Amino acid sequence: MAGGAHPDSVVVVGAGQGGQQTAVSLREHGYQGRVTLISGEDALPYERPPLSKAYLKDGAYLRGDSQLWLRPATYYVNQSIDLVAGTVTEIDRAARRVRLADGSSYAYGHLVLATGSRARTLGVPGAGLRGVHTLRTARDAAALGAALAAARRAVVLGAGFIGLEFASVARESGREVTVVESRPRPLARVVTARTGAHFTRAHRAAGTRLLFGQGVAALHGDRRGQVVAVETADGRRLPADLVLVGVGAVPHTELAAAAGLPVDDGVTVDARLLTADPHISAVGDCASFPGPRTGNRLRLASVQNAVGHARLVAGRLTGNSRPYDELPWFWSRQFATTLQIAGLDEGHDREVVLDGGPDAFSVLLFQGEELRAVESVNRPGDHLAARRLLHRPVPLRPAEASAPGFTLKGHLLAASNG
Amino acid sequence: MPDITYITVDGTARVIDVPVGTSVMRGAVLNDVPGIVAQCGGNAQCATCHVYVDEATRDKPEPVRPDEDDMLGFTACPRTEGSRLSCRLKVTEALDGLVVRLPERQY
Repeated sequence: MAGGAHPDSVVVVGAGQGGQQTAVSLREHGYQGRVTLISGEDALPYERPPLSKAYLKDGAYLRGDSQLWLRPATYYVNQSIDLVAGTVTEIDRAARRVRLADGSSYAYGHLVLATGSRARTLGVPGAGLRGVHTLRTARDAAALGAALAAARRAVVLGAGFIGLEFASVARESGREVTVVESRPRPLARVVTARTGAHFTRAHRAAGTRLLFGQGVAALHGDRRGQVVAVETADGRRLPADLVLVGVGAVPHTELAAAAGLPVDDGVTVDARLLTADPHISAVGDCASFPGPRTGNRLRLASVQNAVGHARLVAGRLTGNSRPYDELPWFWSRQFATTLQIAGLDEGHDREVVLDGGPDAFSVLLFQGEELRAVESVNRPGDHLAARRLLHRPVPLRPAEASAPGFTLKGHLLAASNG
Repeated sequence: MPDITYITVDGTARVIDVPVGTSVMRGAVLNDVPGIVAQCGGNAQCATCHVYVDEATRDKPEPVRPDEDDMLGFTACPRTEGSRLSCRLKVTEALDGLVVRLPERQY
């Protein structure tokens, strides 16, 4: 069948947010065929965002991952979604079948790769010492939470979302915290300097030490192989009994590559999220897709992206094929600050700041006369208005945004009524 | 555990024992009550867990705080007196007997 529409069965590899949502949306769209959801983790599908935030606080991780479940076990039974625990080792495209490490195999009419990503590790001496953590899964979080409970001094490598969210939890738990970042400011790849500066202030005000423009030379351990210090590139020695490495994520593309599918920092898919094989799609963190606005390749690791991709593929498999055009959005929470980003900054030449009192503002990013993205700090109303403005899109010029009394919500309402 | 009644769009009522410390949103999601999307997982980021608290039980929850108030301006179905984000309705013994109605759509 052309494009693999209306397959008799769907196998989803990976049961994170994207894989799980694919199965859920297939049933919501009335799909009657067999749905198999293969999970590489020994837990029901769960949400990851709390892992670096609430799940680490007050021993919440001790109560187990059920508090994170996206749906209860009965849901999958009632919806006839076969949840299979196992590791897929091979895609046999000719036979349309995936094989698992335990020797079992599943035939597919359509295959959805939702293999996600893994934490990038550090290529320096001592990276394998005990007490050196990465954070991706509920299991990682439980190990990190236990280590945090026993630690006095935590060093975080990388001032990205994961690193800074963990740093805020560690500091709130009374630990001495140092963050080491090779770039000159925090969240350098995702937010403006102004928003970055807000987070620098928030972390420093809480008593966290932030070292920017600083590489890591080595991690040092004691005789038992437990980490005791981080050595920076300029020779400083930072004592640590816990190290979190938060230096980004690498997509799981090995299965796709081994099956001969094009891969380039993610499984390459077209605007409809199909791979080069019309019987295989890819969604979420592992998918490299053409950006709706620019056509540039994007690979995004966010709940919105995983859910949006999943819904689109489930729609296509039930007869509604269209290109992916959802607006990306993201959020982070550190100390009392909520950061929300609507849209994607693929280059901007002008910023307009909307001030909303102490520690609350939005930065509007324009390229020429066009609004591209909005960063909101403790301004949830701005964020939701921005999502609507950018999605529709409602035109907004920098001069209008700079006018006294301008609000995003007011602009949205005026556009709706006009 | 506090009893919370969820009334879905078709008028079906379900009474669920929801553990203290969780949220009205999670009580719905983990018991398969249709009509709550909660795309952000309960972090007040998406306004897709909108519910209408029944008038008779409106004094039970804590009042709306500013962040929730902002978000309620952007729900898919119209905001009314009883509108709340169910992720922000933290379950305590005081919520026992709460009745919430689900909107027609969340996004």
